[in-house]
Amino acid sequence: MTTARFLKARDIAPWLEELSTAYTVLAPARHGDTVVFRDFNPANGIDMEHLSATPAKKALLPPCETLFEYKTTKTEEPPYKTAIELHPTLPEGKVLVFGARPCDARAMQIFDRVYDGNQARDPYYTARRNNATIVTLACDHQEETCFCDRVGGSPVDATGSDVLLTPLKAGYVAEALTDKGETLLNSTTFMKADGLKQEALNARHKMLEQVPDRSSFLDMERNLLSLFSDLGFWDKTAQACLSCGACTYLCPTCYCFNITDESHGDSGKRIRTWDNCMSSQFTLEGSGHNPRPTKAHRMRNRIGHKFSYYPQLHDKTLACVGCGRCISNCPVSFDIRNAVACAIQQADAAREHAHD
Amino acid sequence: MTQHTQELRKLIAQELPNLDVVLAWTHGHNSLTSTPLFITTQEDLEKLDSGPMHVQNLAAYLPSLKGRKVGIVTRGCDSRTIIELLQEKLIERKNITIFGISCSGAVNIRAVRRAVNGESVRSVQADGDSITVTTNHGTHTLRMQDVLMDKCYTCTNQTPIIHDHMVIAQTADHVPGDAPQTTLDALDSMEPGERFAFWEEHMDRCIRCYACRNACPLCVCKDSCVAQSRDPHWLDQSDTPREKLMFQAIHALHSAGRCTECGECERACPMGIPVLAMKQALNRRIKHLFDYQAGMDAQSTPPLFMFRQQEENIKERDAR
Repeated sequence: MTTARFLKARDIAPWLEELSTAYTVLAPARHGDTVVFRDFNPANGIDMEHLSATPAKKALLPPCETLFEYKTTKTEEPPYKTAIELHPTLPEGKVLVFGARPCDARAMQIFDRVYDGNQARDPYYTARRNNATIVTLACDHQEETCFCDRVGGSPVDATGSDVLLTPLKAGYVAEALTDKGETLLNSTTFMKADGLKQEALNARHKMLEQVPDRSSFLDMERNLLSLFSDLGFWDKTAQACLSCGACTYLCPTCYCFNITDESHGDSGKRIRTWDNCMSSQFTLEGSGHNPRPTKAHRMRNRIGHKFSYYPQLHDKTLACVGCGRCISNCPVSFDIRNAVACAIQQADAAREHAHD
Repeated sequence: MTQHTQELRKLIAQELPNLDVVLAWTHGHNSLTSTPLFITTQEDLEKLDSGPMHVQNLAAYLPSLKGRKVGIVTRGCDSRTIIELLQEKLIERKNITIFGISCSGAVNIRAVRRAVNGESVRSVQADGDSITVTTNHGTHTLRMQDVLMDKCYTCTNQTPIIHDHMVIAQTADHVPGDAPQTTLDALDSMEPGERFAFWEEHMDRCIRCYACRNACPLCVCKDSCVAQSRDPHWLDQSDTPREKLMFQAIHALHSAGRCTECGECERACPMGIPVLAMKQALNRRIKHLFDYQAGMDAQSTPPLFMFRQQEENIKERDAR
């Protein structure tokens, strides 16, 4: 039996302040005109209404993290041997993500398969993951760019969340889904609300009824693969793309990184930073050869990875949660939904042609 | 479809057989957004739309299409980019066919979102000097003059400086209006310490996607940019405001006296960081020192592309 509590809208800030003593709290708040996930500070407020421009992924994959620090020392006499000292820096401390959306929480499970799976276990990622608690806010409407329902999710999906908040008038019903969530709801800020469970369920049903009936992007791994060598298709798809990285950095499921050593004098640090497959340097090899020399190659990879390669490796789960951030924030309004729909159409047409 | 757009389609249809591709706009995922359209067939042409919602500076694509016969729909501000690209020999005049349109101002999406208090926009209808925005909460009618891009308030080139064809039909006059306070105005009134704090605060949310760089029609290094180069190592990959600001400083210096202030860098920024101001500050120095504005005359040479032993306004020898 899961616990349910009621959180009044005006109690959110005091609750997060209370949590701030034990956790680093990330919450959506305005920064200039933009809503981003940032360290909670009562002075910045919280924005519960808008889908943030940045996803909550930095809780698990920060834009920049130090893997270790190093210092080199040289002997003063010949033969001048160099010694190096390494200091690993595993992340410590608990993080609480408040106000993640269902798409954000689902996306984190997409990382888990890669960074905390059977084949590889990344110590930095798993340390953050184990220390993270996710409080998700069920959506009460879909933005025009939202399409979670077409990629296996829903605006009220609780997958990957420790607590799910369902908005009602004047506040939120908070339901614990994990032990971590149960612990959180012990706070005296909450009011008992087991009686409101049904009301929350009704509110979520009402939201689901608003979701339009539209085609799904599931199960199209083979379709996309059949277009792999049709570079003309990808050329046309990527025509307007500027090859910047906005879509990937704002994507809650993109997890590629770069590793660099940043030295200052005889000491420095090895850092892992977000990288993006839309940049030509991403696949540039030491020899100068680039297997993805044009933006068409790169677009094929981005869409292929999300809708074909990743699902093939991971039980048909798409590496897209349909948050639409890549659409609403693209400088040229590139619409991944159109691109995928065109790919399905093109692949179907090619198949029919083959049967003629 | 406006008469203006009809006439534009007709002009392009006539020239299309002689061209490899024509750059224009179509609507994006909703009527508030636009996306560049690459026309090669009659079918593509039918998607063409133009008006105050169509905002991208299409000239940004020209250098990557060098050597091909390209048509381009061009507003006054965009024509300055084309001139600058011609001056820098990044494109060839003989390969470019310019379809000029007169512009009544382009809508700043961020200003619209602000004006409707961030409500989710469902549709937008532009109607001369006003726009009607339907959101999930209701309908708002906004004055066009309150939601234009900053550059439109001080625009002196509603029609292109150069063109091969010109659309005569005009939907509306240039919408005059009081220019809002720009970032540059605000920065001017700050002490250096405050100014630094301003940039530190804004750069904190920069995600280093380099949309500002890739949207810039004059950023021509692109794949060999110092931002990602390890040798030279001007910037490291740390996620600090210092490194991010350093990139902006490099971008601004590289475009000094070349930047036509088309505002694509700022428009493209997904984080809404006012990065144009730095370029405007440098251009103001260029205007003061060399009495020069970028992209006004295809025959002139940008001042930082040449060397004079004695500059008129730089009294280097006297100071010694």
